[in-house]
Amino acid sequence: MRFEANTLFLSGEITRHTVSGFLTQLERVRPGQLKAIDLAEVEFIDSAGVAFLDELRWRYRSDAPRLVNIGDDISDAIETFSDSAEPISGYPKQENFIVKIGSFLTKMADTFVEGLYLFADIAFWTVHDIFSKKGQRRGSVIQQSLLIGVDAVGIIALLSLVLGLIIALQSAAQLRQFGVGIFIADLISISMVREMGPMMTAIILAGRSGSSIASEIASMKISEEIDALKMMAINPVRFVVVPKMHAITICMPLLVTMSILIGIVGGLLIAVTYLNLSVTSFYNQAINALILKDIVVGLGKSVVFAWVIVAVGSYYGFQVKGGAEDVGKATTQSVVASIFYIILLDAIFSLIFYFG
Amino acid sequence: MKNAIISVKNLDAGFDDTLILEDVSVDIYPNEITVILGGSGCGKTTLVKNIVRLSDPVSGSVEIFGKDTTEMDEDEFDEIISRVGMLFQNSALLNSLSVYDNISIPLEQHTDLPHHLRTRIIQKKLKLVHLSEAIFKLPSELSGGMRKRAALARAMALDPDILFCDEPSAGLDPLTSAALDELILNLKKQLNMTIIVVTHELASIHRIADRIIFLDKGKALFCGTLEEAKKTSIPEVQNFFKVGTF
Repeated sequence: MRFEANTLFLSGEITRHTVSGFLTQLERVRPGQLKAIDLAEVEFIDSAGVAFLDELRWRYRSDAPRLVNIGDDISDAIETFSDSAEPISGYPKQENFIVKIGSFLTKMADTFVEGLYLFADIAFWTVHDIFSKKGQRRGSVIQQSLLIGVDAVGIIALLSLVLGLIIALQSAAQLRQFGVGIFIADLISISMVREMGPMMTAIILAGRSGSSIASEIASMKISEEIDALKMMAINPVRFVVVPKMHAITICMPLLVTMSILIGIVGGLLIAVTYLNLSVTSFYNQAINALILKDIVVGLGKSVVFAWVIVAVGSYYGFQVKGGAEDVGKATTQSVVASIFYIILLDAIFSLIFYFG
Repeated sequence: MKNAIISVKNLDAGFDDTLILEDVSVDIYPNEITVILGGSGCGKTTLVKNIVRLSDPVSGSVEIFGKDTTEMDEDEFDEIISRVGMLFQNSALLNSLSVYDNISIPLEQHTDLPHHLRTRIIQKKLKLVHLSEAIFKLPSELSGGMRKRAALARAMALDPDILFCDEPSAGLDPLTSAALDELILNLKKQLNMTIIVVTHELASIHRIADRIIFLDKGKALFCGTLEEAKKTSIPEVQNFFKVGTF
């Protein structure tokens, strides 16, 4: 590149590899000095090269330089890529803070209303389909029970055993100091029945089944399967969500019961090996510690947690509008929201039944 | 002149704050194949989705079988929509179910037919689309063309009066596409169906279209027969038939 007699002589290749250097050299040229750009010696120009010429003409637009001695190939490339439009200055200016807060609150209100409609729809069809089998797919509840319940047995059993062992081990040392090791049976049985069993099972199911429900519905949404159901005059909530609702309502109390029993067995192992208690004394103490209300509350709230998992998973699944990325987001959001609501509800139940 | 089986009047439609269709009024007549044409993003699929209420219009009305569907409650609309089938652009078969189960769903939901009779109907529909061998296969085991045919069999499960096909040729080779067109023509002839096809394919349009609706930038520029479309002075329509495809 050389600059003589108000003319810029370009040569060789004007490509993405060379234009940055040209621009640096041209910083010394003042507006009005550049009258023409001679392209006679240019052998090749790519889109970056044409953008460079456009930039020059834009930069010196008050007295735009002429392009001279343009070869045929170069002329074709310029014709293909050249654009006289003003370069955009970046993304549009963002809305101000107040507008953003307003949009956020409006969106929250819409989300809340949509959620209410969906939950009402789920509740209606869940109850309706207990009494009416017409329109239900045969075997769908059993299939969902296998997916939600049976497939989760292994992981819930293992974690419950470990949880029972940990709680017992942590408390055994303290209880032994005071010579009241036998109370380990009370501690394990009450904590597993009232809190740990239902809560831990719900959290595992939120991670396992909640995410699966959200991603399944989200995928169905983006692949138009939900629209296809609507086109067959089939309510997607009834077809997709209700069998899961029925299945989880059946499976959750069973899984929680199993979790409680295995957790207590974990405690029993520590009581027998570490505190030298007999199985009979542990059993008698545990049975005496529990009252019917503990069991009813534990299993009752586990069913509510189960409904939350399905409802929240479905809600986030149905919200998806975009593509694969949104499926991932919906799945994550559903798990986080389910666990949040489970813990929140557990706290509310604890308060109610503490005073009740 | 026949009475329209679908009548769209002054339809404004879109999503969020974007209006995609503006003041669109079109009529679709029975026992004809109506092709909806237009460039990408002109609102073809939006028009179809608003007709079948997969999206709600901003304003305007849609009449199907002479009844205004925009103000109908869900039960009333379910009765109408159960007489309408739709072939989606990407088939939209339920991936977790076999071809048999996919076609069985509308029959299970909307009829009291016994199992063996449902199976017979499913076999007949699959034979019609030349897919008998894939009856127990999952959608993931089928090619694109086979999935389209399976979806067509599902859309026809209840012998609908109206069939929508959203870009049936998209992603198919010319031979498969021609076979699908042949199938659509047969359906019209043998089952007296009203068929609405969204497509860009000029060859396909020449093969199947009785009537054309041409959309451009959210407006219906032309509604008429294929012959009228070829002779029209509307530059956008002329350009389409000259260039062939968008």
